[in-house]
Amino acid sequence: MVAVGVCALVLLAVPWIIGNEFYINMATQVLIYGLFALSINMMLGYGGMVSLGHAGYLGIAGYACILLTIAGYDQLTAAILAVALSTVAAAFFGVLSLRAPGLGFVMITLALGQIVWGIAYRANTLTGGDNGIRHPARPMPLGIDINNAPRFYYFTLIVFAIALFCIWRFSRSPFGASLMGARDQPRRMRMLGHNVWLIRLITFVLAGFWGSVASILYVYYNLFLSPHAISLQQSAEILLMAILGGASSLTGPIVGAAIITLIKNVVSTYVERWNTLLGVTFVVVIMFMPYGLVPGCTQLWRRLRERGKGRKAGTDKPGTNKPAAGNTVSDQAA
Amino acid sequence: MTAPALEITHLKKRFGGLPATKDVSLAVMPGERRLIIGPNGAGKTTLFNLITGDLTADEGSVRLFGHELIGMPTQRRVHLGLARTYQILTLFPRERLVHNVVLSLLGLDRRRWNPWVVLTGSRDLYDSARKALERVGLGDSAERVVAETSYGERRRLELAMALAQQPKVLLLDEPLAGLSQGERQTVRALLDQIPRDVTIVMIEHDMDTALSFAERITVLHYGEVIVEGTRAEVVADPRTREVYLGE
Repeated sequence: MVAVGVCALVLLAVPWIIGNEFYINMATQVLIYGLFALSINMMLGYGGMVSLGHAGYLGIAGYACILLTIAGYDQLTAAILAVALSTVAAAFFGVLSLRAPGLGFVMITLALGQIVWGIAYRANTLTGGDNGIRHPARPMPLGIDINNAPRFYYFTLIVFAIALFCIWRFSRSPFGASLMGARDQPRRMRMLGHNVWLIRLITFVLAGFWGSVASILYVYYNLFLSPHAISLQQSAEILLMAILGGASSLTGPIVGAAIITLIKNVVSTYVERWNTLLGVTFVVVIMFMPYGLVPGCTQLWRRLRERGKGRKAGTDKPGTNKPAAGNTVSDQAA
Repeated sequence: MTAPALEITHLKKRFGGLPATKDVSLAVMPGERRLIIGPNGAGKTTLFNLITGDLTADEGSVRLFGHELIGMPTQRRVHLGLARTYQILTLFPRERLVHNVVLSLLGLDRRRWNPWVVLTGSRDLYDSARKALERVGLGDSAERVVAETSYGERRRLELAMALAQQPKVLLLDEPLAGLSQGERQTVRALLDQIPRDVTIVMIEHDMDTALSFAERITVLHYGEVIVEGTRAEVVADPRTREVYLGE
């Protein structure tokens, strides 16, 4: 609980802590990518479904939002319609992808993502093709101008916080428990009366929904969208964020998004081969913490604390697993 | 005459060229305790998998209180009152025992679709799950993680998960497999406590325990029913001896 409060305060104070506009924008990007990673993690971490087509939602929701705004719809209607369209597309993609288990699933999501990319690339008259397309302007929610960096950061933070809360509830809900059960023992879950296929499809759609919301933020932030933004590399990066931070945890994807975004934007100004650095970081983390940074660090921290305690107490009483149990609860809450 | 709880007619299944179930027909009456025996490879577990829908049958029909199950997905069959335990333990090893049973209860509860409420807030589910664990003597272990429990305890957890759903027809696939003599007695006593409104079909190799439990016995051999009858009839039948002792 304390940890959540501290995190919330730090996130709220970001624009004061770092006065520099460049870095505030960086923080905004971390939140946007954090939401992408959180959404893909609903499938990956809780459902065991690896998707390589997540950038497809950025394509559908993003282009829909821009084109509808250009066509004369107001910003809110355009955003809602775009998210709705993209979520319906997610349901369609889900039905197709869930035909195949395991590797087949990955390949179908990849193919679907590539189809969206291909359409964006080829449909010149609509999307501007390789040149991309501009979004007319950022919206004015409740009449507030969000064009400067700190204000847009707060706008993003509000959306991010709502999404994070919903996804946190999702992860602890009966549906979340059923999803994790379906990930670990699908056959058993069917035998207990669960409709595993439908559980997975609903998760696919929910992940698509939050991915679409992140896409709208992405468009508002960049005010521009081109096929490069929805390429396979984007999908893979979102996936890597979740894996790097730790797919089995709620906070992992956010940490992963932060690291990758910072390496991409900050380090790339100093180091030319930042892609290599990204690769090396990934390999090192996965080698030493195969479940990702957040679960890895939690485990490390617990081990260090237990060692410290053992040294102090010498012969410890058998109740040592009590604090460990308390730990897991606070981890979930954090 | 009452309708059978479970009625299988002319059920067939082949794997490639190998017939695993060759025209099996049998009827189990409500409340009956039926034992299915047969040597390795006789098609006992295949028969269970066909009843539950883990495998799709090539031909034939399986009826649960008159409802045709063939063509129905597994989870719908469960909602009609079918439950089973597995010969190879199929549990959620990283979860607490009580969570395993809660997942079982959720399977028949509408709340399983709710992505918003916090699961641990559903006190009634946890209370029923603890009761189900108490019934199999695991009340004190409810908060332990499955991976930390003994094999015997896991067998009983399998049973608790099936019983928690209050099934009408319960399929037990070798509930005594791998247990020590003492644990066998415990599980046997648990099986005796299952109320009579549950129909039980059991596969078991431990003849001493199984024979005294069952009222009627079906002997399967190479995917066919070769003998069926009361305990005395089956034991006395020369074909049973032939299958088990060789010619």
